[in-house]
Amino acid sequence: MATELQSHPEPAAPAPAAPGADVRLAHLSFSYRTERGEQLPALCDLTLGVGAGQTLAVVGPSGCGKSTLLELLCGLATPAAGSIQAPPAVLMPQRDLLLPWLSALDNAALALRIAGLSRAQARRRAHDLFCELGLQGFQRARPRELSGGMRQRVAFLRTLLSGKPLLCLDEPFGALDALTRGEMQEWLAATLAREPRTVVLVTHDVEEAILLADRVVVLSQRPGRVIADLALDAPRPRGRTDAVSVALRERVLGELAQGMRR
Amino acid sequence: MRASLRSAAPAVLLAAGLLGAWELYADTSGVESVLLPAPHEVASAMWSNRGLLAHNFAVTAQEVVLGLALALAAGLALAVAIHLSPLLRRAVYPLAVGSQAVPIPVIGVLLVFWWGFGLLPKLVVIALICFFPVLVTTIDGLASVDPEQPKLLRTLDASRWQAFRFAELPAALPAALSGARIALAVGVIGAFIAETSTPTSAAYAGLGREIVLDAGGFQTPRAYAATVLLFVFAVACFYSLGLAERRLAPWNIRPRRETP
Repeated sequence: MATELQSHPEPAAPAPAAPGADVRLAHLSFSYRTERGEQLPALCDLTLGVGAGQTLAVVGPSGCGKSTLLELLCGLATPAAGSIQAPPAVLMPQRDLLLPWLSALDNAALALRIAGLSRAQARRRAHDLFCELGLQGFQRARPRELSGGMRQRVAFLRTLLSGKPLLCLDEPFGALDALTRGEMQEWLAATLAREPRTVVLVTHDVEEAILLADRVVVLSQRPGRVIADLALDAPRPRGRTDAVSVALRERVLGELAQGMRR
Repeated sequence: MRASLRSAAPAVLLAAGLLGAWELYADTSGVESVLLPAPHEVASAMWSNRGLLAHNFAVTAQEVVLGLALALAAGLALAVAIHLSPLLRRAVYPLAVGSQAVPIPVIGVLLVFWWGFGLLPKLVVIALICFFPVLVTTIDGLASVDPEQPKLLRTLDASRWQAFRFAELPAALPAALSGARIALAVGVIGAFIAETSTPTSAAYAGLGREIVLDAGGFQTPRAYAATVLLFVFAVACFYSLGLAERRLAPWNIRPRRETP
């Protein structure tokens, strides 16, 4: 790819990792209205909390309201009942939704442009983190020219650079092949270690939850409610095949299976 | 340069082949020159009338370019308005569709009553014919943004205007340019319709007027010469717009398939 943009005399500090506040959800319920006008309950009496700076993984069967939970956290939907206490949140959807007409760097810096910075300022602010997170040399590449893993990196960086303390990740690596997914999970773990944020990670990949999270919450089938809430205190970085990880995986899968039977 | 020569070669060969067949047919079949002049007669008519043809060509080319600009401006503005306002969509869209069914001669006299015998009513006619493809493709382009995209932009604190500017507008650009190409293809015949279906002063003449006069006055080779100019102009405009598209929407260019 093209060479570096320029060297920058001023320190390019991305938005600071505000410690933020705890996330508290109490007795949350939400229903969708179907096209035929019926109420379809998505979440039912859901109560959970995440400490500031922690990573919470939410696992559950398909259609259990995991994505709805993130929309509520991001303020994209209003709950029918219950209360939400959360710092400003930003969404990373399952598909990267990178804008095809922007370069990788401009996509990563999108939130800065929206905040009112000029294109040059936004690029300068995003540049250092962009390079440090393994994207060096891809500044000018268009999304179409990037691999799936690279696109997710850019999408995550866009999320990070919004400067919001709470990141809502909706199956961020669900569309990747297994090999790339493993690589990206390790990348995300390393990135969060140096850029700590409060994270709610929705996933159907139990292994991913165990690699990345401080806590795992298992949701039931729709309407989703919490059927297990496990603290993971194994030290990091965690290996996929560590005895602790394997035991945890068995446990979470067991809870999931029980939830399906119930 | 060599690559572009090579890519033009099939069209040039095909045109040459068709010209040859036309020449052969006109020379050997005994068809009257006033019905179908041979290419060499057309060429010589073009050369001997070059001053008149050049003047009329300039008039028509100006009509097409300005009329298309008007059509683009109107089509884009209306598309954005309809995209942003469901009320306008319901109110205006049916009328825009219906406007395409209005035969131009019906309103030609009215346009002249409003705007005189000169250029302006012609531009309005061309714009009326050409805005529609721009309108339809741009509306579809504006709506082609992934339905999840607005959610993402909202969590990045984008305003409605920023969502439009960063996502919807660029997404619509390739579609709008496709619409412009369709508009251009009908724009040249639109200029012909404009010149021939609005009353025009004797001093005002374009290729369309000249073709009608020549065809009626048994000047068929000159009518053909004028037609050839329209033909070449349409092709040139179409490909210039393709070039513009490569500059304006480079992300939309498909990598060319390599052919042996």
